Amino acid sequence: MSEFLLPDLEDDVAAPFWQGTARGELLVQACGACSAWRMPPRPMCPRCQSLMVDWVPTSGRATIWSFIVPHPPLLPAYAELAPYNAIVVTLDEDPTIRFVGNLVATADGPINEVDPATIRIGAPVRVVFQAVDDVTLPRWILAEREPN
Amino acid sequence: MAHLQDESAVVGIGQTAFGKGLEDSELSLACQAITLAIEDAGLVPSDVDGLSMFSMETGREVDVARNVGLGDITFFTEVGYGGGAGCGVVGQAAMAVATGQCQVAVAWRARKRAAKTSRPWSQVSTRVGGHQQWSRPFGVIRPVDEIAMLTRRAMHQYGYTRDHLANVALAFRHHANRNPLATMHAKELTREQYFDARWISEPLCLFDNCLETDGALAVVITSAERARDLPQPPAYIHSFAQSIPRQHQVMTNYFCDDPLIGPAWACAQLLWSRSDFQPADVAVAQLYDAFSPLVPLSLEGYGFCERGEGGEFTDGGALEAPFGRLPTNTSGGGMSEAYVHGFNLVLEGVRQIRGTSTNQVADPSCSLVTSGEGVPTSAILFRR
Repeated sequence: MSEFLLPDLEDDVAAPFWQGTARGELLVQACGACSAWRMPPRPMCPRCQSLMVDWVPTSGRATIWSFIVPHPPLLPAYAELAPYNAIVVTLDEDPTIRFVGNLVATADGPINEVDPATIRIGAPVRVVFQAVDDVTLPRWILAEREPN
Repeated sequence: MAHLQDESAVVGIGQTAFGKGLEDSELSLACQAITLAIEDAGLVPSDVDGLSMFSMETGREVDVARNVGLGDITFFTEVGYGGGAGCGVVGQAAMAVATGQCQVAVAWRARKRAAKTSRPWSQVSTRVGGHQQWSRPFGVIRPVDEIAMLTRRAMHQYGYTRDHLANVALAFRHHANRNPLATMHAKELTREQYFDARWISEPLCLFDNCLETDGALAVVITSAERARDLPQPPAYIHSFAQSIPRQHQVMTNYFCDDPLIGPAWACAQLLWSRSDFQPADVAVAQLYDAFSPLVPLSLEGYGFCERGEGGEFTDGGALEAPFGRLPTNTSGGGMSEAYVHGFNLVLEGVRQIRGTSTNQVADPSCSLVTSGEGVPTSAILFRR
């Protein structure tokens, strides 16, 4: 097992998200009553207080909102890869839905393979999936802008 | 309606030495700072009947009370979220005093950064639940990473530059150079050194980060009426506010509608609505500075400039005492005096009212102190 900080798959609220990534799907939690999307997932809809939950597929297309390049001191597994990038993206079909992730150059590439000097806020990206131990993490790869 | 304005005051302050690897326990440091604050107030330990502390304290109320020899405690409370709690514990003590739940309260923070329990990010297990699972797996691990993400966005959206961040670091270092009790008293910092420093989490370098400090600080709060009979000039608690804005998430506040509008904004709105003073009346401020970009973001949130103009505000020595537009963190702040979860900012805010700062601003009518931006927060406006 690696020493990466991985999600606790026993977390009932979040489990459907990680089950989705394992199938190659980027899901978002939607209220079962008013349909409002929310991220991160939680038991109650802050808009209508419903406890009914749906998980809906997304386009997996997003835009870089911000990014960082961490350097040591870091936990050993991350220090080995440093400097690497981490990004926040906004989902194209609903920019209020954001995900933290990493920009990679190839679908199965490491999180330190993109030259940080080339990363641009506003760049279009699409999701890819990488297995780490028993978890599948969403990562992001540069994409062509979808024609309108 | 009962109100808090000027009903209570900070009448005593105390602090231990600051250092790294101090031998005394956090409980012992807390007790030392509290004892000094009680002495400074001209009171005795048995006068104290109220306690207000950070939830993160490792020393507990009962231990503090039994060590310091406090009286019968009639009010005790805690405030969570680390650096957001500094003004919160003082303000809640003030509320208790103003409503008669206690007569003399102490509020404090004792911390040893060397202690393992003090660095939450370094002791996480390899499985993360709750909100951390949406950031930690991707290498956004430390507080500096979390704030660097907002900083890069502010650079893009507002035009913040590294020169603006250097303005913050240099101003606070200059203040520390004139404060003999500051950790960085003897260490000068140049703009060249700032730009040569190693990265911690781009776009933040070493000097954008606060210090790591062992030490403790405490204040004594009592009623305005009683304060008038005590030896120190009272720092009246004129206005106090706490805030968890809607849809806020601690530190990784990336999921609300507008992440660059941090908790400072809602806290400020409450603070000024309860105050006879407005930002234009404020001549000195202590703004929470775990990381340099929190200062321009707080300048915007607390209304010292328009949204997006916090970076530019720092130009031209604006933050430097005694002649800057708004002398800020006049003891050196978390970045150059000591990082004790921002509680040193509370004491410096009181010293500015007393006229005893080593970077004293001439006769300020009021003195602003803010607690952590990026977390559930709090702020106090002291007045003479």
